[in-house]
Amino acid sequence: MPAIPLAKAPQPSATNPAQIRNFCIIAHIDHGKSTLADRMLGITGVVEARNMREQYLDRMDIERERGITIKSQAVRLPWKSGIDGQEYILNMIDTPGHVDFTYEVSRSLAACEGAILLVDCAQGIEAQTLANLYLAMENNLTIIPVLNKIDLPAAQPEKFAIELSKLVGCKPEDCLKVSGKTGAGVEELLDQIVAQIPPPQGNPDGPARALIFDSVYDTYRGVVTYVRVFDGKLSPREQIQMFSTAAKHELLDIGVISPEPVSSKGLGVGEVGYLITGVKDVRLSRVGDTVTTFHKPAKEALGGYKDPKPMVFSGLYPIDGDEYPMLRDALDKLQLNDAALVYEPETSAALGFGFRCGFLGLLHMEIVRERLEREFNLTLISTAPNVVYRVTKEGGEELIVTNPSEYPSGKVDKVLEPIVRATILSPTDYIGTIMELCQQRRGTLNGMDYLSEDRVEIRYTLPLAEIVFDFFDQLKSRTKGYASLDYEPIGEAEGDLVKVDILLQGDTVDAFSSIVHREKAYAYGVMMTTKLRELIPTQQFEVPIQAAIGAKIIARENIRAIRKDVLAKCYGGDISRKRKLLEKQKEGKKRMKMVGRVEVPQEAFIAALATNADAESGKVKK
Amino acid sequence: MSRRLSFYIHIPYCAKRCGYCDFNTYTPAELQGPDLATVSQNYIDAALREIELAHSTVGEAQVPSIFFGGGTPSLMPASELARVIARIDERFEVLDDAEITLEVNPDSVTPEFLSTMRESGATRISMGMQSAVPHVLEALDRTHKPENVVSAVNAAVRAGFENISVDLIYGAPGESIADWKTSVSAAMELPINHISAYALIVERGTKLAAQIARGELTLPDDDETAEKYLIADDAFESAGFSWYELSNWSKPGGECRHNIAYWDGSHWWGVGPGAHSYIDKKRWWNVKHPSTYQQKIFKNDSPELSSEVLTGENLADEFVMLQIRRREGIQLSALTDLQIKKAELFLGSGHLEEKSWSEKKLVLSKNGRLIADRIVRELVM
Repeated sequence: MPAIPLAKAPQPSATNPAQIRNFCIIAHIDHGKSTLADRMLGITGVVEARNMREQYLDRMDIERERGITIKSQAVRLPWKSGIDGQEYILNMIDTPGHVDFTYEVSRSLAACEGAILLVDCAQGIEAQTLANLYLAMENNLTIIPVLNKIDLPAAQPEKFAIELSKLVGCKPEDCLKVSGKTGAGVEELLDQIVAQIPPPQGNPDGPARALIFDSVYDTYRGVVTYVRVFDGKLSPREQIQMFSTAAKHELLDIGVISPEPVSSKGLGVGEVGYLITGVKDVRLSRVGDTVTTFHKPAKEALGGYKDPKPMVFSGLYPIDGDEYPMLRDALDKLQLNDAALVYEPETSAALGFGFRCGFLGLLHMEIVRERLEREFNLTLISTAPNVVYRVTKEGGEELIVTNPSEYPSGKVDKVLEPIVRATILSPTDYIGTIMELCQQRRGTLNGMDYLSEDRVEIRYTLPLAEIVFDFFDQLKSRTKGYASLDYEPIGEAEGDLVKVDILLQGDTVDAFSSIVHREKAYAYGVMMTTKLRELIPTQQFEVPIQAAIGAKIIARENIRAIRKDVLAKCYGGDISRKRKLLEKQKEGKKRMKMVGRVEVPQEAFIAALATNADAESGKVKK
Repeated sequence: MSRRLSFYIHIPYCAKRCGYCDFNTYTPAELQGPDLATVSQNYIDAALREIELAHSTVGEAQVPSIFFGGGTPSLMPASELARVIARIDERFEVLDDAEITLEVNPDSVTPEFLSTMRESGATRISMGMQSAVPHVLEALDRTHKPENVVSAVNAAVRAGFENISVDLIYGAPGESIADWKTSVSAAMELPINHISAYALIVERGTKLAAQIARGELTLPDDDETAEKYLIADDAFESAGFSWYELSNWSKPGGECRHNIAYWDGSHWWGVGPGAHSYIDKKRWWNVKHPSTYQQKIFKNDSPELSSEVLTGENLADEFVMLQIRRREGIQLSALTDLQIKKAELFLGSGHLEEKSWSEKKLVLSKNGRLIADRIVRELVM
């Protein structure tokens, strides 16, 4: 076996860069990346068979349950090449696999010289994988195309080898074929990583420069920062400095992950490892930032740093108003580990006290919400997600609107909304239905390419707002789950947008206001008023439900006044039973919200705010 | 002055169970026991023992009312029911003007029964009329013919009863507005001074509930049921009856004092299986089945199945819940400021009587009576 006992392997801080290979794995969520990673841990001997568990590197419960990786990690794998018999250190840098985390992916890629393009050879490449592949190619990474799951009966390695070779620009026979499950081909893959991916280069004597590609909050150790050293060396007890904030920290611990953390004498050129400084907030150790030393600082940062920018906003409210302080604490804690999460307090007349939260995208939103509910035991209502609008009022005043209720009521000169470039990969059978969906969603077709005879890449420019509103669910249901989607923000465009308000008994229900395209305002109004008529119980008076643009009513429904709510008999034997029923109703009443004089059950808010697809599946699918 | 204690005597037997009924009652077939005469005698022996228990528990008391309900009290031999009245009078002081009511079924009641009961002290008859329309009675699974009601009421008058009440049920499957008007008019033709009208409630586990679940019968909607209440209220009022509780109307002085005792927090002892009692904030109820009940009683065990002691909040809730159903209404001084504020909304929507409000009383208007439970919920939250 070409595994090397750890103690005899080249040691951190003393490894010649020529012996190092830094790589990541680009793959779609269920294409077997974690299983392949598990297999590599086993074959290189860093995890003994008896300690192995599935998806070893995925730490959060949610990650393991959903089979997706949210936070990346880096593992140091010693390997003796079967080709030249030399000893090497392979640093496997894990990458998040979803559209919302493109920036994190780009930083992980920037830490590597090569990437494994891993594709399930029963499914073919997916849109997000393709996007990440392009990202890797832009970063000049060496790509090793690998077909996974060759053990599956449905595997079509020849077909997808052709697809991959076209994309990567190699020959179909250059695609490696592996099975993460059985281990077939994995040793050869490790050898090819050594053979194909170039070693890192850098100036070992220059001022230290290390790229932060991940930063994780740990309850016991504070923030753990993952870095790739480009120049110079980082050593324990040294003062380090962050480029973006100029913040200065002492390196309390430095080391590598193999796959448990091991302290080292430092990290040299090309090495990948972790830093611990005792800070408690990941925002002080930002992904993409450059670390240097205080005493011998670098003059220039490594390129590519960006502040995370929230693209999607939603109000989060506790169903039980008493849980508001708990929600605040929970968000504070989550933010320690999630530099991209932003929030500020918000009050809704309908939903009470809550927070307007900004997310990188829909998955990010869903993950945050799920963590709040699961890890902090909160029950939440979230308002329909919306994007950021730049509104110019008549007279030139400009407003940034992250909440429909802030949309100006007066005359609006111009509204800019974020637009994205979307890439959809799909079997050719669904081209028609996908184009129809994209047209409905105000899309502009940019182009279409055949990846193979029966698979196509369709490119559209779309308003982000249209994607945020159940686009993904629609796409999946119209294509029987075969299509995949990736998008990236490309700027803003002017839109013919209006705010539609929903009024109960003449009072605007802020939680239901929505900014929509003028042509869709009527449909939205009818949809909401109809839904609410079904969801709100009869009151003692008639309740008009209206949808309005400004003062103009565009749709109307009525909830009729209740005629009868009385139990006919109430004698001796009925009294206790009737009182107990009343007590139960009292409990139920706590879950009612008053909108003006109208009593709305919380369930009605939840149901009205859910998209149709939510209502069917119970939650947003990924 | 010694305390007052009303008695409810439960007679848990019926010749046949009606389709809508979920009361604690048993038919001979269900009991699989000896003949009804033996059953009656054994059962009344048990009831007398519970009266002894009441006496040893409560001590002296004056009895302003006794109510024989069921089940079908008129299935019992009159002599057996008379033993109960006599025993209560022996152990307690049945007041001279006490109200003693018997629920009777127009099918099983006889002139002899009525005379004997009148002589034994009964003062009031409550008859299950339900409807005057044959197909409605059939939907309710009642066996009697409409004309039986007329002859039974007349027999009660002849036996010397001055206080006679009938019960009507509206909202049965297939009952039209016209059907209901027929029943209301028929009731108003009778020589009675009290009437109760109940909207049909489909109780879980009844034959009726099963028929509706299977789609064999369909209930009228709430709007139509509300309409029927208003029709009845108008007809009763114009015939000289006044509402004094949501489902009860009477001529002057004809109010059922026993039922009023339930609503105004008076004390009562319920004798028999499943019967509820209420004394000094404690409410308890007996084991449900007549056999279990009799076994316990004859072993000198308490027949009590379970009980509750009402908290301040319970009492306050029940006060609003029961008092709001009455013509007397609730003195605003008995309500909190918040409750008054909430009540003002219902005043605005026409669910409370303006005139009473100006006299510092909360009294439901006709439309308010139709949503009494909703108003109670608002007030007690």
